[in-house]
Amino acid sequence: MKSIRRPLNNVYDYFNLVAQAFAGIVKKPYYFSEVLRQMENIGVQSLPIVLLTSTFVGMILAYQSGFAMAVFGAKMYIGTLVSISLVRELGPVLASVVVAGRIGAGTAAEIGSMLVTEQIDALRAMGTDPMKKLVSTRLLAGMIMIPVLVIIADMMGILGGGFIAYATFGLAPPFFKKTVIEALVIEDLVMSILKALFFSILIITLGCYSGLNVEGGTSGVGHATTRAVVLSIVFILITDYFLTVVLLKLLPGLSF
Amino acid sequence: MISLKNISKSFDGSRVLEKLTVEIRTGETFVIMGKSGCGKSVMLKIILRLLIPDEGSIFIDGVDTTNFDEDAMMPFRRKIGMLFQGAALFDSMNVWQNLAFPLFEHTETPEDEIADKIAELLSFVGLDGSQDKMPSELSGGMKKRVALARAMITEPSYVFFDEPTTGLDPVTSGKINDLIIRTRERFGVTSIVVTHDLVSAMKVGTRFAFIDDGKIAFEGTRSELLSSSNPELREFLKDAEWQDRY
Ligand SMILES: Nc1ncnc2c1ncn2[C@@H]1O[C@H](COP(=O)(O)OP(=O)(O)O)[C@@H](O)[C@H]1O
Ligand SMILES: [Mg+2]
Repeated sequence: MKSIRRPLNNVYDYFNLVAQAFAGIVKKPYYFSEVLRQMENIGVQSLPIVLLTSTFVGMILAYQSGFAMAVFGAKMYIGTLVSISLVRELGPVLASVVVAGRIGAGTAAEIGSMLVTEQIDALRAMGTDPMKKLVSTRLLAGMIMIPVLVIIADMMGILGGGFIAYATFGLAPPFFKKTVIEALVIEDLVMSILKALFFSILIITLGCYSGLNVEGGTSGVGHATTRAVVLSIVFILITDYFLTVVLLKLLPGLSF
Repeated sequence: MISLKNISKSFDGSRVLEKLTVEIRTGETFVIMGKSGCGKSVMLKIILRLLIPDEGSIFIDGVDTTNFDEDAMMPFRRKIGMLFQGAALFDSMNVWQNLAFPLFEHTETPEDEIADKIAELLSFVGLDGSQDKMPSELSGGMKKRVALARAMITEPSYVFFDEPTTGLDPVTSGKINDLIIRTRERFGVTSIVVTHDLVSAMKVGTRFAFIDDGKIAFEGTRSELLSSSNPELREFLKDAEWQDRY
């Protein structure tokens, strides 16, 4: 009985944290400068790695699909396939996975070490709510910056795909651009942003939850960091499946 | 005055404090000793309600704060400055920001007034001009002194020192002991000092207690402490002397 109660308690604690983190965003005092600091950390500092990975993902996608499509004489549709797969799936998922590696780990490590060095107790002893100061600020920053990163990733991926379509398959850039524009509808972008929003909540709250539940002193911080990243990636993929199913039903403009 | 009545606290089924009752009188420096892991830090955190006791009640200046929530606890937390065992300075902030933090959070104090206050307190702890240093640039003893300055910035009437000299060399420990005494003299605070450093205890304490088996096993003056017949306390004193000699 005890073995089942513990994971259930953890799930309860986690959802409690998520609820408190959202409540903390709207409740005064507002920590604007802390939110800005986190936006810079989450957004600006993740930009290089997101740019790099998303460009290559677009290139790989165009390369792989190009050869397959050439078999059916359909290589002029590379732009269609690349843009739809990127905007709906690979952009949000891969950018979020990359950000989970950086930010999920960093958050868990920073908050975990604050916990073991009693800085969290010190905050509370001074009458500051650590949930607001540490978790809500990061959540707000993540919910703003991760969707922005995902849109940038979508665009870079399409550019990378366009480059390969031209360099390897000889598709003229204006033609590629035309197929991309014809393929994408506003609902694709909505799907991309909604996914990014859900994934940002997962990354930040799982990172904070792992950090706040470090056990066994300093060595526990390492475990918490790993756990934050693994949990984020697993739940990004699981959530992605359900979001895809639901959004394809809810957004009628999306068609294949 | 702070009083704890029949406080019990367990973690995952293991008892740490069991019906602990104690009273800290206004103006004294109350030293609490005990083996490491006996629940000294837990007791301080229970008073601040950073930990919630399983049973018993807590009175701060006559008010029963046992069931207070975070908001209700606020004015009582502000009466208490806490110097944590590892100093607990915020390592993303410099010394100035660490000291200003409690004032920025809860007061409208103008910035030049905050700056004056910080300069004065840093001078009091002997760290003039270190406003711009980051915690990582400070030695263990300096961190504790900055943490004391931060604890004092809201002008508390109580200061809790959690193992203020643990891990410090004898010279630095001596400076911290002096500071504890000067803090009482200059600001008139009531202090609780948790320690297992007997030299420090003897130097700063005005009254003493020994925690054993989750309870206060001894409480009294310096001479009562030294002549106590409690076997656990005698053994603790013997070990402490042994440590000092080598
Ligand atoms: N937040 C906590 N969660 C679980 N166990 C704790 C917690 N805080 C303290 N303990 C346990 O309570 C006991 C007493 O701890 P503490 O008061 O820190 O000892 P000390 O007297 O050395 O200050 C230890 O066994 C410690 O592991
Ligand atoms: Mg302790």
